[in-house]
Amino acid sequence: MTVDYAPTLVALLFGLGFSCLFMALAVLFGPKRGGETKLSPFECGSDPIGSPRVRFSVKFYQVAILFLIFDIEAAFLYPWASQFRRLSCIGPMAGLSCLGTVTLFGFVEMLVFLGTLGVALAYVWRKRAIGWG
Amino acid sequence: MLEFLIEHTWLQALIKMALLILAFVMPLASLSTWAERRQSAMMQDRLGPNRAELRLGSIELRLWGILHFVADALKMVFKEDVVPARANRFLFGLAPILAIAPVIITFAIIPFGSDLCVGHAFEVLRDPASMCTSTIPLQVARIDQGFLFYFALASLAVYGTTLAGWASYNKWSLLGGLRASSQMMSYEVTMGLSLMGAFLIYGTLEPHAMVLAQGPTPSSWGIVTQPLAFFIFLTAAIAETKRAPFDLPEGEPEIIGYFVEYSGMRFGIFFLAEFVETIFLAAVVTTVFLGGWQVPWLYPDGFHLMGWTLELPHLAVVLIQLVVWSLKIIVLCWLQLLIRWTLPRFRPDQLMRLGWKQLLPASLINIVVTAGVVLARSGGR
Repeated sequence: MTVDYAPTLVALLFGLGFSCLFMALAVLFGPKRGGETKLSPFECGSDPIGSPRVRFSVKFYQVAILFLIFDIEAAFLYPWASQFRRLSCIGPMAGLSCLGTVTLFGFVEMLVFLGTLGVALAYVWRKRAIGWG
Repeated sequence: MLEFLIEHTWLQALIKMALLILAFVMPLASLSTWAERRQSAMMQDRLGPNRAELRLGSIELRLWGILHFVADALKMVFKEDVVPARANRFLFGLAPILAIAPVIITFAIIPFGSDLCVGHAFEVLRDPASMCTSTIPLQVARIDQGFLFYFALASLAVYGTTLAGWASYNKWSLLGGLRASSQMMSYEVTMGLSLMGAFLIYGTLEPHAMVLAQGPTPSSWGIVTQPLAFFIFLTAAIAETKRAPFDLPEGEPEIIGYFVEYSGMRFGIFFLAEFVETIFLAAVVTTVFLGGWQVPWLYPDGFHLMGWTLELPHLAVVLIQLVVWSLKIIVLCWLQLLIRWTLPRFRPDQLMRLGWKQLLPASLINIVVTAGVVLARSGGR
């Protein structure tokens, strides 16, 4: 079966165009008066102290790295989940049910994969890398 | 005319996208800004916005304050356009676009009705498979990897908030942007994994196929077959929208959030994006867990319930499906308003614990259990 990707492209362009239109409204119709005080960073009415380019907690960085690991895990699971019935069936299929022999192949393979990630989760849990303190 | 549309899928897609966004999503998003203020007022024993009125000669239209959203929109467009002196102008302008464009684009995968059967609008579809030779799908983009497309684009929204926080050159917005990025990343993992059980059951990533797999019998809808996933996904997705009880990136009384330096319509885009996200979340939950456009016991040829039959022409069936689909979404939006005004905000450590130590393991267990059940039942049925 061939998939028609033209509608996806149309949706992408529509979404971008629509958002840019809103942005254009802001730029075109909003008056610009400026002024030194108005354009300085907002800090509760007092003069800004120091630069906002401050160092921040390494925990944010940790979360980002853990996100990468677990999100790639999820990316591997999508094809498995949608083909799971096919993987656990040797022989012909009628719709979603298997007419041949049911096999544990797909299930066990994924248990190994999820098990490894479970160990990883337990490790970062023990190391207190997840959760805030 | 119709033949032309069937051949040129890009034109078809443009019309459907424009109708879906301009005639359904945007009006609903605008109305829900009003509904949220009225709902919160009701829950806090206040009156809420009720003053906006339209004077046409001697007639005064008040309509319970519905016109407030028109006034708000006009105000935002004509407010001063402030770009802080030391902000990164390019990223400052790019951030709102990155916040709203992904969620609008992903509406393309949501099916909002069964396929239109061209040429049989006023007939009863007794045998759709042989009668429908040419169809117009009521879904903008039908691609096999539908939900992968959604998750890929949804993760772009993180850039919008993080860049807004960084580009503003402001301490509060940087803090808000950091909080938003860590919160959204934490819950995105859980969001993807919680739906895996549903993908296992339906055996597809394509939203339209999922709706068909659920069928018109409510007992086979996702909320019955995947109840745990429903709650995990709803929680994680509300955290993605950054609304209370997950509004730490905004934190009104303390840091105001990543959009503190934004004003006028630039702020309006972030504001609108939040409401569009609630509608999109409702649309996804409807598609995966509430049978999408399926109406209980409504088949392509009409209602069938316990031996009792009511035949309906094709067009009537599709219209009923459209109305019921909209109602499901409106009810889910309203549920989100109730949650938003009922629960107090989480602490950051509670937020992280809920995401990583409770919802993530729960969704992993859900996958294993669902896979086991699917395997056990995949023999002869």
